[in-house]
Amino acid sequence: MAERLIELRDISKSYGQVYALGGVNLSVDRGEVVGLIGDNGAGKSTLIKILSGVVKPTSGEILVRGKAVTGWSAARSREAGIETVFQDRALAVQQTIVRNIFMGRELTGFLGWIKVNKEIEEASRLMREIGFTSKVFTPQSIVGQLSGGERQGVAIARAIYKQAELIVLDEPTTALSLTETAKVFHFVRQVRASGRSILFIGHNIHHVFDIADRFVVLDRGKVALTTDRSQVKTAEELINFMEEVAHPGGLAGLHDAGDAEQRAR
Amino acid sequence: MSKTMEPDLHEPSAGIPRPSSQKEWKHPSDHWMRGFILDNRASLGTLGVFIVMMAVFMIANPTVFTTWYLYRSVLTTLPVALFVVVPLVFVVTCGEIDLSFPATMGFASWVFALVVQAGYDPFLGIVAALITGMLLGFLVGSLVVYGGLSSLIATLGMNFLLRGLIQIINEGKSMALTGLSDSWAYTIFSSQLLGIPVQIFWAIAFVVLSAMLYNRHRFGAQVRVVGDNPDSAQQMGIDVKRVRVKVFVFVGIGAAIAGTFSVMINFTWWPTAGDGYLLPVLASVFVGGTPTWGGIGTVVGGAIGAVTVSFIQTGVVAAGLSGFYVQFFNGLIIILSLLGHKWNQARYR
Repeated sequence: MAERLIELRDISKSYGQVYALGGVNLSVDRGEVVGLIGDNGAGKSTLIKILSGVVKPTSGEILVRGKAVTGWSAARSREAGIETVFQDRALAVQQTIVRNIFMGRELTGFLGWIKVNKEIEEASRLMREIGFTSKVFTPQSIVGQLSGGERQGVAIARAIYKQAELIVLDEPTTALSLTETAKVFHFVRQVRASGRSILFIGHNIHHVFDIADRFVVLDRGKVALTTDRSQVKTAEELINFMEEVAHPGGLAGLHDAGDAEQRAR
Repeated sequence: MSKTMEPDLHEPSAGIPRPSSQKEWKHPSDHWMRGFILDNRASLGTLGVFIVMMAVFMIANPTVFTTWYLYRSVLTTLPVALFVVVPLVFVVTCGEIDLSFPATMGFASWVFALVVQAGYDPFLGIVAALITGMLLGFLVGSLVVYGGLSSLIATLGMNFLLRGLIQIINEGKSMALTGLSDSWAYTIFSSQLLGIPVQIFWAIAFVVLSAMLYNRHRFGAQVRVVGDNPDSAQQMGIDVKRVRVKVFVFVGIGAAIAGTFSVMINFTWWPTAGDGYLLPVLASVFVGGTPTWGGIGTVVGGAIGAVTVSFIQTGVVAAGLSGFYVQFFNGLIIILSLLGHKWNQARYR
């Protein structure tokens, strides 16, 4: 069995009386792509924010390579090799591509002065690596001038710098065109081929099914199903399961871009 | 004519003249000067405003505006403003505001005056003033950041509170520091070099260092990111609160230097020291092209803004208009600059 990279044990999160997560277990092994599926308000975003250290869990344990960690924070999460591409991409739109890629870990030398040329070089290399290049923008372009797909490229470039061991992609294909989605998929396969892991969160079950090795279905703050390719042959099976177990009311609610998740944030 | 305008769909690889002409054709954005102008459009706009204003003054009264005396008087007082305008650019970029700097100027220079009056070396006074400024900046910053207060109101409150404290203890009395002119500190920081007030060299050095800090240092980069999108900054592991406190400490340091310089110019400390700087300094920051919404700004622009604002008063009077016109022109320049910057800057948020 592959090495266990990260494990969340019995994670709960409540906002006052409202439970966002009630005892969730989730683990990611080295070199696997885990698909996290769930309806709006299922707690996906909360779980991701706990994993990336932005939100503190009410209770539960986080283990990195088998060791329990204390004082989990965004900085600690990045140090542990977890990089997150957030749903809103977490970009500073008035800054350059370079500044966004090196946000929070500027390449500095003597007394904290930034190595400007090195940052530009590294940024161009990263953008080339993931195929998000264009004649229209340079590493010093302002992110606000870029299209949605290009911004996603910047967010992904930031995540793959420093060879992160686990890359968390929160709804990476939402609002992207077909070619841009294809680029993201290509990127996911590239990362898996290089022996690193991905946690892929998505609304679109077809997208998740195409890309993931293992599936975790989250429903109302609890893990409703954990399964993998050997058990589920088609995306329809997965959808049927979710329809049956998690959403007795039918599929309608699944594609409804409701605002429950918005409210949870 | 129309034939050449049509895209060549049938023979993409043919058309010998086309690729060669494409090679020679250079995109205008490749030119270094265009890049320079685009990167510095706000500060260049401010410089434009300043040049136009000075040209108008020169035409209005050529004799006064070609005498050195006028410039020397501006160069004596301008540095004091520069030492607070520059840190304020950082604060505004960070998405905050600090209105407590006049009181910090008064407080830190009071400590300086006390140390000098007690007979100690003025250098020791400067160190004491700097420490005072840092502590006050930390206090104000912590109040805003950890207390979760609105910086606009909290710093206004702190300005009144600290100024009140100075007034209560001193009962309105000033302090004359006559021995100051014989000291080494005075020679280094406040004398004249080739007829030019030496303060301006220190102020220019401060502006240059701060501009580098803003553009090429981790601190400046984090200040901009925090002002641009604090949530993202936090998600990327930046200690947002610490960055915010740091900008207030930076204002405290700037205000301490400014206060000390103003005392050294006048050889006197007044309990009101720094009070007159509140509005001109704020105006300078925004005339300089730093927008109110945070994330971007320009240190050099702010410095040029300070020069512009300090020339308005001198200029209006020297141009032969009565003192009653000063406020009107102050306002006019501010409004025109803001309109200019709005047109000049693309806004992404």
